[in-house]
Amino acid sequence: MTLSITLVVNGDRHDVSLQDARPTLLDVLRDRIGLTGTKKGCDRGQCGACTVLVDGRRVNACLSLALTVDGADITTIEGLATGDDLHPVQSAFVACDGFQCGYCTPGQIMSAVGLIAEGDAGTDPERIREGMSGNICRCAAYPGITAAVLDAQARLADSERTNG
Amino acid sequence: MPDPMNPAASGHHVRLGSNSGQPMTRRDGAAKVTGTATYAADNRPEGLVHAVFAGASIARGRVTFLDVAAARAHPGVIEIMTPDNRPPLHVNPDEKFHAFAWRTEALQDDTVRYAGQPIAVVIADTLEAATEGARLLAPLYASDPARIGFDQGTRYDPPAVGIGAEADFAKGDLAAGLSAAAQVTETRITTPLQYHNAMEPHAIVAEWTEDRLTLDTPNQAIVMSRNAFAQYFDIPAENVTLRSPYLGGGFGSKAIIVGPQLLAILAARMVQRPVKLVLRRDQMFGPVQHRGATQQVVRLGMEATGRLTALDHHATASTSSFDDFIEPAANASHNLYASPSIRTRHTGVRIDTGTPGSMRAPGEASGSAALECAMDEAAEALGLDPLEFRLRNYAETDPASGKRFSAKALRDCYAQAAARFGWADRPLAPGQMRDEDGLLVGWGMGTCLFPAPMFPARARAVLRADGTAVVETAGADMGQGAWTALAQIAADGVGLPIDKVVFHSGSSDQPDGGVAGGSAHTASAGGALHAAGGDAIRQLAEIAAADPDSPLFGTGNTGVTARDGRLYRSDDDSRSDSYSDIMVRAGLTELTGTGSGARDPANEERRAMFSHGAVFAEVKIDPELFQIRVTRMVGAFAAGRIINPHLATSQLTGGMIWGLSFALHEEGVHDLRTGRAMNADLAGYHVPVNADAPSVEAILVDETDPYVNALGIKGVGEIGITGTVGAIANAVWHATGKRVSSFPIHIDALMG
Ligand code: FES
Ligand code: FES
Repeated sequence: MTLSITLVVNGDRHDVSLQDARPTLLDVLRDRIGLTGTKKGCDRGQCGACTVLVDGRRVNACLSLALTVDGADITTIEGLATGDDLHPVQSAFVACDGFQCGYCTPGQIMSAVGLIAEGDAGTDPERIREGMSGNICRCAAYPGITAAVLDAQARLADSERTNG
Repeated sequence: MPDPMNPAASGHHVRLGSNSGQPMTRRDGAAKVTGTATYAADNRPEGLVHAVFAGASIARGRVTFLDVAAARAHPGVIEIMTPDNRPPLHVNPDEKFHAFAWRTEALQDDTVRYAGQPIAVVIADTLEAATEGARLLAPLYASDPARIGFDQGTRYDPPAVGIGAEADFAKGDLAAGLSAAAQVTETRITTPLQYHNAMEPHAIVAEWTEDRLTLDTPNQAIVMSRNAFAQYFDIPAENVTLRSPYLGGGFGSKAIIVGPQLLAILAARMVQRPVKLVLRRDQMFGPVQHRGATQQVVRLGMEATGRLTALDHHATASTSSFDDFIEPAANASHNLYASPSIRTRHTGVRIDTGTPGSMRAPGEASGSAALECAMDEAAEALGLDPLEFRLRNYAETDPASGKRFSAKALRDCYAQAAARFGWADRPLAPGQMRDEDGLLVGWGMGTCLFPAPMFPARARAVLRADGTAVVETAGADMGQGAWTALAQIAADGVGLPIDKVVFHSGSSDQPDGGVAGGSAHTASAGGALHAAGGDAIRQLAEIAAADPDSPLFGTGNTGVTARDGRLYRSDDDSRSDSYSDIMVRAGLTELTGTGSGARDPANEERRAMFSHGAVFAEVKIDPELFQIRVTRMVGAFAAGRIINPHLATSQLTGGMIWGLSFALHEEGVHDLRTGRAMNADLAGYHVPVNADAPSVEAILVDETDPYVNALGIKGVGEIGITGTVGAIANAVWHATGKRVSSFPIHIDALMG
């Protein structure tokens, strides 16, 4: 039995055929579609390395069977920058040294993008730390991560003011 | 006068600091934030298949049956590898054929020596099919009782601890020191098994092309491992290419070769296709090392004035039943506090786990935890402020060897961190402070210490006639920032701005960059890069001096200085020549220099070399629930020349959070009956999340170390854990009046 699904990833449509129902969204992104920016740290929803946005919501891609997100609009780390122009959250992570080995970083950044969009954390560092606590960083780049989220919020607010 | 044998050693040929010392952001930053940095498991060569190993569910015994037929029948499964059909290895995996070879399991027989050990490999078209195939093997065993924990294990006297370090040490007369003491304290501390759990699980993609082998696998010692892989498969070293441009964390677990890597390579040979094998998170609790558990006893004798008369540190540490890595915890007491008598000893205990290995600050972290708790208890016994007590025992020379230190700015570390933290306001007695919410507040401190070793490393620098340079060494960036810091040093080595320098690193095709371990990589590989640049510049200067058309003609002994792509006469800045002009006139397109990182053996002989630091911690504890939060940490560190303050600070705060993790979170728990890891995932094996570390600050203290190596560099990667564990435990005492006897500190230890 072959199962066909369609995913819109970073604006591009991908028709994927699966032999069975087992592949997770994470493995489909990495192994079938070839977008390896999203990382696997635990494969069971405990580390956040695989965080992507599914229809705008933060989701652990390792916990979603690909079949269950058929037709969804998915944003991965590869979809944030515009050409060579980094997304403000990406620039902030570089500027604030919000990572060391970089392995958790795609997940951290996607989570930060989601958190900022959710609009709940504001500029309170404590709420940002809570909101980012679904993403483990074994290198413990936490001070930089929190600084980066604050910095990115400021950058985004600035550009909103300028644009609107 | 520049030393002609080692132009870099003089430090004259360039101004170190045009690139080095700058707080550059990471050069690999854009790749890492866009998802384009390629970690091992991101490689997908044409024809790739997936391998999954089945792990033993017993801790000791033999595999008696594997349902190979059922696994083979699963759609997508290509091959099953067991001891019966595994292709040969040239080196027995049980042989320790070099200093960094651990005994490992690559299906050499049917024995099981710890839970989680690989017992078969399934190779399939997809990861899902390989995973299901491994499950279908449904092994049967003849099992023996597991020996887990200090009481079940077999004790022995290890001939050495760590990697070749002394197991026993004595200086002065301990018995006399103890009997002369006005007070003697005894502190007992246990520390658990800890698993590295780098965020990137161990992974390998292996591909054979006839007798050439290409490996993508994270590795902290690229050329050394390349050579060892070649030996396992009996092919020339140059037939193996090992690529490791990015490691998703290593922390010591990715320096040595482990069984699963050999199995993937064997699988690739068997099926004649490229094979990817990535460990599942639960498989990280077995075949890829850990930090051994310890039981430690520290006895301190003191005069009434607070001066130590005796320091006795005994550590018992766990290792596997079949190999030796004893966490060298007691050796953490050798070089920190002045005492006329010091004795340190180790006892090994064999249990049925995988073999431990180096985990970030191996020995220093666990030993410091016990020593700093002991120092705090001693200060309490004397009625002294813990910082004052440490200052009264400040070692002006190395306590173990009597040598002078190459540099030691520890007093500045104490002063700066204490001031920043506000330590002066600390009440001496415990249980005196509450915050506005009624939480118990405690302040504690600890001293940080880490040695400054160096590993052999080599590098190449090629100047090009267009005014650029290519520099290379097989360095390993596991997050510490080698891509950036090494490039900064390399650019200074060739006297060019960093954007004119192409830096190649992370592959076995390059000169041996040594081991990214022991906090020695920047000093070792950086030293080699700087020396290689110096060698190229020296050759360029000779060409210019002999060229009548050069403004530097006849420079001879007066020497030149290189900066920004030009050579200047050292005694006359108005006379200079550009690299390009010199090379073009000489008809050269390239000019190659080589160098190695080294330390002057005479300095090694005469000086003791360490990074130092001090950490102050605040905890808040709920008086009813005893939940512990580390609300604030301030550390100050002196580690010689800092190449990149931005990245060094991240290393130090990351290390301090590892200390927090050691103190409050991490603990590998094995079932006493089955020997299996009970918490082999990231929900059960706790590491700090963002909310656990609200305020962590590291101050870089100025220190010039003229002896440690030509560049004056010491390490910052591991020192942050030391000191911190004790500082937190001591803060817990200060909040509650309860002394800690085991890590991590559990809530129940504070109840009642
Ligand atoms: S890989 Fe998905 S949460 Fe860890
Ligand atoms: S940067 Fe290494 S795990 Fe976060």
